[in-house]
Amino acid sequence: MSRIASVFKRPGKKALIPYVTVGYPSIEATLKVVPLLAGSGCDIVELGIPFSDPLADGATIQKSSYGALQKGVTPGICLDIASQLSKKVKIPLVFMTYFNPVFSYGLEKFGRDCAKAGIDGLIIPDLPPEEGSEMEAITHKQGLDLIYLLAPTSTEERIRLVAEKSQGFIYLVSVTGVTGARNRLPVDLASFVARVRQVAKQPLCVGFGISTSEQATQVARIADGVIVGSRLIQLMEKDDSLISVGDFVKELRLALDDTARKSG
Amino acid sequence: MLPDKRGYFGEYGGQFVPETLMPVLAELVAAYDKAKADAAFWTEFDSLSRDYSGRPTPLYLAEKLTKQCGGARIYLKREDQAHTGAHKINNALGQGLLARRMGKRRIIAETGAGQHGVATAAVCAMLGMECIIYMGEEDVRRQSLNVFRMKLMGAEVRPVSSGSRTLKDAVNEAIRDWVTNARDTYYLIGSVVGPHPYPVMVRDFQSVIGKETREQILAKAGRLPDHIVACVGGGSNAIGIFHPFLDDRDVRLIGVEAAGRGLETGEHAASLVAGRLGVLHGAKSFVLQDSHGQIQPTHSISAGLDYPGVGPEHSYLKDSGRATYVAVSDKEALEGFQLLSRAEGIIPALESAHAVFYAVGLAGSLDKEQIIVINLSGRGDKDMDIVAEALGVKV
Repeated sequence: MSRIASVFKRPGKKALIPYVTVGYPSIEATLKVVPLLAGSGCDIVELGIPFSDPLADGATIQKSSYGALQKGVTPGICLDIASQLSKKVKIPLVFMTYFNPVFSYGLEKFGRDCAKAGIDGLIIPDLPPEEGSEMEAITHKQGLDLIYLLAPTSTEERIRLVAEKSQGFIYLVSVTGVTGARNRLPVDLASFVARVRQVAKQPLCVGFGISTSEQATQVARIADGVIVGSRLIQLMEKDDSLISVGDFVKELRLALDDTARKSG
Repeated sequence: MLPDKRGYFGEYGGQFVPETLMPVLAELVAAYDKAKADAAFWTEFDSLSRDYSGRPTPLYLAEKLTKQCGGARIYLKREDQAHTGAHKINNALGQGLLARRMGKRRIIAETGAGQHGVATAAVCAMLGMECIIYMGEEDVRRQSLNVFRMKLMGAEVRPVSSGSRTLKDAVNEAIRDWVTNARDTYYLIGSVVGPHPYPVMVRDFQSVIGKETREQILAKAGRLPDHIVACVGGGSNAIGIFHPFLDDRDVRLIGVEAAGRGLETGEHAASLVAGRLGVLHGAKSFVLQDSHGQIQPTHSISAGLDYPGVGPEHSYLKDSGRATYVAVSDKEALEGFQLLSRAEGIIPALESAHAVFYAVGLAGSLDKEQIIVINLSGRGDKDMDIVAEALGVKV
């Protein structure tokens, strides 16, 4: 079993998965925040490799990606940072990025260097399973999980396809839309999660638009993990001591543990 | 027949989009396949192409220009005479009719020079649909006349302030809107770019240019041309005129990209001439990118060519050698612009002026029996401000 899959094997535990853009607001901040996240109850950390044209992302992650690129962050630097972080923290690390930087790096070499850097999995939102067979062969060989996404628009046929191929967990996009904090969760989220649950055996983690502990609680009642990105980046922008980041994550952890306890 | 079922022209094309859009693309593929097989769809397309867009557009023998060049005979395919001033109307009309069949009432589109935005706004007004156009802030500034035209026809123009604030960023923003409103919105892409089925669909609608050219040149000259020259940004006017000639091996097809301030400066938009394989806006094709796979800022005096990607079928045609691609600079395009204006009293769009410049040079090197067809993809009224500024004239 992969290190990611084993995160979901602990009874009564919901997974908390934060996203940070590597190198934003600074490389030092990334090196500091990931151990903080690991120490505050997070179970997996998503490290975003910045891309110039992040078309699945809203304003916050567009800005963080642009900021990181301005500082000269490259996939090579991200791998280097990942390799430092994987020595410091025990929880699994996954890269989230778009396909072109990976393609440009070379799929084979990228897979190999990820494995060397202690990366556990990859999330590539613009690489659907139809285009992913080459990447799958490489991640398989390198012992990495290639995590696919499903969206509220996904048909039964596509849910079956992703359930057949996704490794580690399935990333459920909560809304038809881009990443970014939202005031409320979509009303059809529960039925969407249930639709996937009928078909898929993998753990289901929900992301996009989750920014408060109340929302995290709602998600934890129906899913196995909660992914939080934009809100965290906003907090990192405001407070470079990272105190508010730590507080926010601990609050989310408590909310998830409460939910898990109540649902028994 | 290319593309294959997954939308690939050889190794180029495909569907690299977020999951949210995959079911939407499947629906579009099915709807287009059905429309394509339905004679009634094409009857309506043909009838509106005639009565609304003003097709067929003429094929004009440019005698004075020919004489000045002293070589091959030059014909102009007059897409500048199509309704709204460019070939863009062919595709906007086709996709607009398809959107209506699919029951989508909200249309979004991106635009660079504004020609596709204007064509889409016109078709939406005619079909009674809501129309939202994304346009980079930089392009809103340099093509303000087209912004006004779109608004007059009832479209909402949303300026895009991210990235380089040009066509690439307008596409990003349109895709974000599409992801958000996937269920009720139709994304009317303006070129042969994007995920499958857009490159093939836009090609089919634009092929009317090449089909007409073929009939017209046979009627006028009694034979096929030796060379066809068209400008290439995303590449829709070029594919439109090239495609019906692909099997005529003796007809040389030449695509002209924007060399901007010069290929050596890095400030250009010549994806095929100077780019390498990558994935942008849903398709694998030639892309202008840095060594880390980040998409590069581009430059061209013509907003319509100012794009770091190109349609996957062009990448395929380049690889197979069936078409050749060259690049022409801002300065040279301006020269072509003035040359055609003076020689024939036809003011070309700055985009088309790239093709004019290259073709004029080519004509001079050929003998008098040869025939060149230039796809004059649009008219230049929209470019008066830019050209005046570039020539140092106060209007």
